[in-house]
Amino acid sequence: MSTPLKRDEAFLQFLLRMGDNTLILGHRVSEWCGHAPVLEEDIALANTALDLIGQTQFWLGLAGEVQGEGKSADDIAFLRDVWDFRNLLLVEVPNGDFGHTLMRQFLFDAWHSIQLGRLLKSSDARVAAIAEKTAKEVAYHLERSADTVVGLGDGSEESRRRMQEALDYLWPYVGEMFQSDDVDAAMVAAGIAPDPASLRDEYDALISRVLAGATLTIPDSRFGHKGGRTGKMHTEHLGHLLTQMQWLQRAYPGANW
Amino acid sequence: MTRPSSDQIWQWLDTVPDPEIPVISLVDLGVIRGVEWNGDVLTVAVTPTYSGCPATTIINLDIETALRDKGIEKLELKRQLSPAWTTDWLSDKGRAKLEDYGIAPPQPAGGPDRCPNCHSGNVTKVSQFGSTPCKAHWRCQDCLEPFDYFKCI
Ligand SMILES: [Zn+2]
Repeated sequence: MSTPLKRDEAFLQFLLRMGDNTLILGHRVSEWCGHAPVLEEDIALANTALDLIGQTQFWLGLAGEVQGEGKSADDIAFLRDVWDFRNLLLVEVPNGDFGHTLMRQFLFDAWHSIQLGRLLKSSDARVAAIAEKTAKEVAYHLERSADTVVGLGDGSEESRRRMQEALDYLWPYVGEMFQSDDVDAAMVAAGIAPDPASLRDEYDALISRVLAGATLTIPDSRFGHKGGRTGKMHTEHLGHLLTQMQWLQRAYPGANW
Repeated sequence: MTRPSSDQIWQWLDTVPDPEIPVISLVDLGVIRGVEWNGDVLTVAVTPTYSGCPATTIINLDIETALRDKGIEKLELKRQLSPAWTTDWLSDKGRAKLEDYGIAPPQPAGGPDRCPNCHSGNVTKVSQFGSTPCKAHWRCQDCLEPFDYFKCI
């Protein structure tokens, strides 16, 4: 039998999971900057990316504080390799087309908004304050991604086909959001964060409502890819993403703004 | 020097313009959450508008510069996340200045009540996002001018 995780070690892992989700998705979304189908959508994507990267500063900043080795949010973002990242696989998959990007955003926003709602009641005041701050932004993200998913799903034949394809492709990445391990058990015991599995009913209700409005069909399969939030097995895409995101620190170690 | 009063500090801060919308002050924007003396150290609590707003660092720098110019030597800026910033904290003076400047002030209904140029209520949303994180993009159906709307959060 393994010994239970120490509270601070589990807390650090939890904070990395939160911060790596927003960091990696923020980076992915920022790849659209200058490439979106219309100017308004370009601005919307860039603003969403900016929010997510700002939120990362809070989560990884606190992770550095809890770790107690004097690391800043930037150190944690730029000086780790693939196996140290704790984000969901969903957020590291490549953008695909615009519909694919918005479907991924919707599937993430729905989980993110429910998770932050629960974290408002965290026993750790710092976590509760970050949740309070970021939940407002995420509510706005969800409103937009849900509207766009409905607009494109219940749109032309072509846009509907693409949205269904996006949903079919991304669906196997959804299950990982609700998997629990000993880190989660320690967080539940400390009253810091909810059991991920406890978010599933609310999540299913939310996405079923929106996807029905989008005339899209949720795949039957509950098969799920996993390995992102534990760091055991990321997709091959994360390494490529990091070569871009961390390029400056890799080429010019210690470079400062 | 004698220690300036909190009221005096608030007045000074009310002359520091928002770096992105310079017609309103940082006090109008509602990001200054507290001014307090601890011995000879002045602590100013500042809350960010949006998590990723690039103006946040400039705002801190501008506060520091303004107060140092007034002779404050020991200054501590404290980031305060909770309670989270809300557009309810925009001052009435700030709201009026926004409209004069051509930016529709936030409304609880979630959209502008009228065009900041011609005051027509016939307005339509172009995008939920705009030129900065705090704004959305709208257009007037009567004078046809596009305009920024300060999002209500
Ligand atoms: Zn008008």
